[in-house]
Amino acid sequence: MANTKKTVLASLLGETTLVRGISSILIFLVIWQIGALCDDWFGVDILGIGLVPPPTDVFIAFLDVIPKVGYWQSWVASFSRVLTGFIVAMIIGIPFGLLLAVNRYFRGVFFPPFEILRPIPPLAWVPASLIFWPTNEMSIAFVTFLGAFFTIVINVLGGARAINISYLRAAQSMGASQFDLFWKIILPGTLPSIFTGAAVGMGITWEVVLAAEMISGGGTQGGGGLGFFIWSSYMGGSLEQIVVGMISIGIAGYLSSSAIRKIGYLLMPWKRLF
Amino acid sequence: MEMLERPGALSIKNVTKVYDPEGVNVKAVDNCSMEIAGGEVCMIVGPSGCGKTTLLNAIAGFHSITEGSIHLDNQLLCGPEKPIAPQGADRMVVFQHGALFPWKTLQENVAYGPTVQKTLGAKEAMNKAGDMLAEAGLGNFVTRYPGEVSSGMARRAEIVRALINDPKVLLLDEPYRAMDALTKQIMHEALLETYDRTGVTIFFITHDLEEAIFLGDKVHIVTTRPCQLKKTVEVKIPRPRSYETQSSEDFRKLLVEVNEAVHEEAVKAFQAGERELA
Repeated sequence: MANTKKTVLASLLGETTLVRGISSILIFLVIWQIGALCDDWFGVDILGIGLVPPPTDVFIAFLDVIPKVGYWQSWVASFSRVLTGFIVAMIIGIPFGLLLAVNRYFRGVFFPPFEILRPIPPLAWVPASLIFWPTNEMSIAFVTFLGAFFTIVINVLGGARAINISYLRAAQSMGASQFDLFWKIILPGTLPSIFTGAAVGMGITWEVVLAAEMISGGGTQGGGGLGFFIWSSYMGGSLEQIVVGMISIGIAGYLSSSAIRKIGYLLMPWKRLF
Repeated sequence: MEMLERPGALSIKNVTKVYDPEGVNVKAVDNCSMEIAGGEVCMIVGPSGCGKTTLLNAIAGFHSITEGSIHLDNQLLCGPEKPIAPQGADRMVVFQHGALFPWKTLQENVAYGPTVQKTLGAKEAMNKAGDMLAEAGLGNFVTRYPGEVSSGMARRAEIVRALINDPKVLLLDEPYRAMDALTKQIMHEALLETYDRTGVTIFFITHDLEEAIFLGDKVHIVTTRPCQLKKTVEVKIPRPRSYETQSSEDFRKLLVEVNEAVHEEAVKAFQAGERELA
């Protein structure tokens, strides 16, 4: 696999995905810079993004917030909310989805209410949970949990139901007990779907946590979270800082999904074939 | 070898299988009887969707039967009082589309049976699996995952996974379907070699008439749905057989004989399909 011949295009674009990734980001930044400054330079807003601060200004704003404790507290606040909601959703969602898949009585009882609650967007839960939960922090965690929970359950359920029946039959013929079937066949067979659900769920969690932070005012601790960071930048009229907040979320989301991919890679060696 | 004493004799008596007795009433198998001697290679040939797999599923214990009985070495597998046979390692299935567990290496796959049955410790099971895979020519691939090897290798590993359980009967459901002719040839040689070594009874479903004659002691031609035994052709070509066998006069004659019987059923199946669509 390592002895692939380099094509001209490949050597132009660089050998590694890292180089390719960095060059594409740089190209994007250059276009953004030109687009943002067109109006100043030529008096014409060619790309229609003349109001957007150029990357250089955003970079300066970034340097400005990096030493500030509040900015990092926002990171910590948002990350801990995302992780809390996400981990609770995994802990409850995976067994719940597996039970829905393997036990038809359980499915008969719990699937209908689940399906009625599932289409409700997590953000629609915000007002009710602000009233219901004693603290803002708990409301945000709850809404975050919902964001990931439904996606994880539906993926686990689908994945477990889609397991090739021949695997189950083969295992049973070879003398597998119910315990073996669950732990050695159904669980590994569902693992890819669990990770798909986790990756999608993680994305939704970030969406939800940000919106919830904006709506609820970010809670009471020092850092109100990245959502609140953006919101207060908007209130303060700092366009550059809004973009800093947005990029921070992008990086945070990227780090989260990379972590999930990494764990998936470690847990599913048979999926490393490509 | 005393032919009559070999284990793995299957006796299928008047088996009928109706799917969904309350509803649409599809009769998949109708009053089908077959006698398969222990250590025999029995090939089942018939049109697509005729109920051959239903019969295999009944033997394996995946499905119930509606009437009739199936015995293995004079022991009742399923019958009137007991519509579904217990699943057991005495009858191992090699599935149509392959069923190696993708999350286990070939060696782990093969070791699975003895491990869950606790007939061997985990380490011994792995060692035995490694040895058996090496014997089947897969020694260099024991640590590979099924997704990393060719379909031919995967199928060979699957047969090894079945054989490690020391089954009396090997049930194969079109295992070499969709393989190219050259791979098939290698698969056939490997299977015959395995058979010569183990003498296990083989119940083999196929569409490929040449395959049926080349591998089989008997070729059972079954009718289109509902599945009944139409004709049994005995293949008296001596073993060991090689690929030259296929060009012999005897082989050609048998092929014509089997082909005639199957063709009639294929036409019926085709016309039935047309009626259903009309």
